[in-house]
Amino acid sequence: MNPQPNSHANNTEEPSSGLSVALAWLFVGVPLMWGVSQTFIKALTLFR
Amino acid sequence: MAENSASLLDRSRTVAGPGYNRWLVPPAALAIHLAIGQAYAFSVFKKPMGALISGNVDAPAPDDWTAGQLAVIFSIAIVLLGLSAAVFGKWLERVGPRKAMLASALCFAGGFLIASLGVHLHSIWLVYFGYGFVGGCGLGIGYISPVSTLIKWFPDRPGVATGMAIMGFGGGAMIGSPLAVALMAQFKDVAPMGVAPTFIVMGLIYLAFMMFGVFTIRVPAEGWKPEGYVVPTTSSALITTANVDADNAIKTPQFWLLWVVLCMNVTAGIGVLESASPLIQESFSDAAMGAGRGVTAAAAAGFVGLLSLFNLLGRFFWSSASDKLGRKPTYMIYFGLGIALYALVPTLAASASLTLFVVVCCVIMSMYGGGFATIPAYLRDMFGTMQVGAIHGRLLTAWSTAGILGPLLVNYLRDNQKAKGLTGAAAYESVFYTMAGVLVVGFIANILVTAVSERYHVKKANAVPAGV
Repeated sequence: MNPQPNSHANNTEEPSSGLSVALAWLFVGVPLMWGVSQTFIKALTLFR
Repeated sequence: MAENSASLLDRSRTVAGPGYNRWLVPPAALAIHLAIGQAYAFSVFKKPMGALISGNVDAPAPDDWTAGQLAVIFSIAIVLLGLSAAVFGKWLERVGPRKAMLASALCFAGGFLIASLGVHLHSIWLVYFGYGFVGGCGLGIGYISPVSTLIKWFPDRPGVATGMAIMGFGGGAMIGSPLAVALMAQFKDVAPMGVAPTFIVMGLIYLAFMMFGVFTIRVPAEGWKPEGYVVPTTSSALITTANVDADNAIKTPQFWLLWVVLCMNVTAGIGVLESASPLIQESFSDAAMGAGRGVTAAAAAGFVGLLSLFNLLGRFFWSSASDKLGRKPTYMIYFGLGIALYALVPTLAASASLTLFVVVCCVIMSMYGGGFATIPAYLRDMFGTMQVGAIHGRLLTAWSTAGILGPLLVNYLRDNQKAKGLTGAAAYESVFYTMAGVLVVGFIANILVTAVSERYHVKKANAVPAGV
């Protein structure tokens, strides 16, 4: 869902593309998934 | 140049232009929370920092730092988290999230660099000042900096929005711990235990990572609303359309009831976190489960990891669910179900029901995380969006209080039982029954939460527009 501004902001930045949103999520998602996978692997020792 | 740099950080320069996609804001918030969440992985440094002189974690030298000295570092950081969030909350609302995030990044990364010098010089006071005091300020400012912005971007789903960000704080430890272990191994030949260079590298990595958040964050333009969203014109019983400023909020009974709600939820959760590893090893030992079938130290570490995962998942799940269930009913579940589950833990431990024990502890931890993530949306419902960041900051003193009192209470109860000769699950009974009692207090406080009196509301003419 994209924002629908009711008033103009005082800057002239380009509208954000879907690619920039995807890259932003990858930037934080990759390290998060790495950390989660490390923890998950560690947690598996409980079930061995 | 300096003028340009300053203006780039100004709130007016962070107002989103037409076409800005609000789904860029959660990653910006996550960049901050994933970084500062490292604080919960600080224990990974304890053993190496306790053997900087001897170089052997199993045989510390007399001049090596003790476990007690090292525990103070985290305590200072968590106290400063609450204090700085309380003190700088109104400043954050004034200057906007970008400047606050930058301050957080500089403090958090700077704390690592100062602590590195402290480790190099073997000065515990410098480490206290660096990681504890300066870094702790970075934690507090960073924790609250994206929250009110997210709430303003997601008025239709505030629980989902804050759940995503605060989930990052839980995930930060999962990144910080293996990263620190890998870096210390890499630098072990460069400096004692590799700690000082690890601090430098982590400080620089986190600074760069947080800068992504600093320059991606935007605040919505005045009057902005999501497509198809209809702004409620009348307040429901526990969701106001008015605003209360931070100074007035702390004069309301509702603020202090929510303070108790957060404090009790965190205190009880700490009871599980502090007891998890020894409890599962002692209750499900070879003696209880049969030779070779007991829970080993490695499996207990896996159990703690599993609890961390549920802590993380609970932050997003419960906070998102609160958008549908309502904030007050969600906390009723945390406390009501929590009381039953906490009271059940000693029985499950005593009866050697390992699977049920693990499931129950995971649900408990999900609600512990959920309590952190749902509180900003609860505050939004009660006090409006105008200064919700500042109000949230002041409420975080409840976390600091629980962070200090919780472990003290748990350790006292456990040691007291052990001194009486109780072992295994029996030594932890009083811990879990007391924590169930702590949740009863939280349950009552939550029941007492009602709508804030209109006399605390900001008059329309004085209100700062939410989007600016």
